[in-house]
Amino acid sequence: MTESHALSRAEPLLLVALGGFVGAVARHSVSIAVPGGGTVDGAVVGTLLVNVAGSFALGVLLYEAHLADVLSAETRLVVGTGFLSSFTTYSTFAVQTSGLPPMLAVGNVAANYALAFLGVVLGRLVARWVS
Amino acid sequence: MNPLLLVGLGGTAGALGRHLVGTRLERNRADTLTVNVLGSVLLGALVVAPVGESVALAVGTGFCGAFTTFSSFAFETVRLAELGHPREAALYAGGTLVVALVGVALGGVVATALV
Repeated sequence: MTESHALSRAEPLLLVALGGFVGAVARHSVSIAVPGGGTVDGAVVGTLLVNVAGSFALGVLLYEAHLADVLSAETRLVVGTGFLSSFTTYSTFAVQTSGLPPMLAVGNVAANYALAFLGVVLGRLVARWVS
Repeated sequence: MNPLLLVGLGGTAGALGRHLVGTRLERNRADTLTVNVLGSVLLGALVVAPVGESVALAVGTGFCGAFTTFSSFAFETVRLAELGHPREAALYAGGTLVVALVGVALGGVVATALV
């Protein structure tokens, strides 16, 4: 509680910067932790994991805001705009997709799109359940 | 410099840049599309440019990764569909993909021509 009180006084840009730092470090950590990770643009599987997990979490966060409106604007800024938007990535997904053979590229797009959309929907279910 | 620090600093700049472009999470699809395409062009250029490991980590993994976002894109697409606009949702999802992939190719062509 003390922490969220402290956050509520912080500048919005500082919140976005802090969330962005942690989100990028977490994404990189996932990409080098999965088998085949550690390359410049990260592993395809690592990108899929962060995109799906981050979409699920953003679904919880934003639908919770829609449904219950209990989260402060500051919390949504540091977690949503900062952390989750930095944790997930479209550019890495696009570069990796363009580097794959056609069939695998289609599979990568289908997996990221279908699972991330499903993640948002599941996030909403969780948000409804907790609120 | 520590790899995680490079990624983190790039991520900070990317998140701030995205915020300054004006993304407001669930509202502005045009802003999300803009950062996703610009970031894809830049990363497409970076992966063919002869840059060092530090630049790749800070600018590629950190900045481009954080500047672009999949979660906001996914949320906006689902929101469009459930608000009764499945055609717009499909257009947004497919359009982002096509423009981002063209952007990656364009970035690569420009970087190849310049170096």
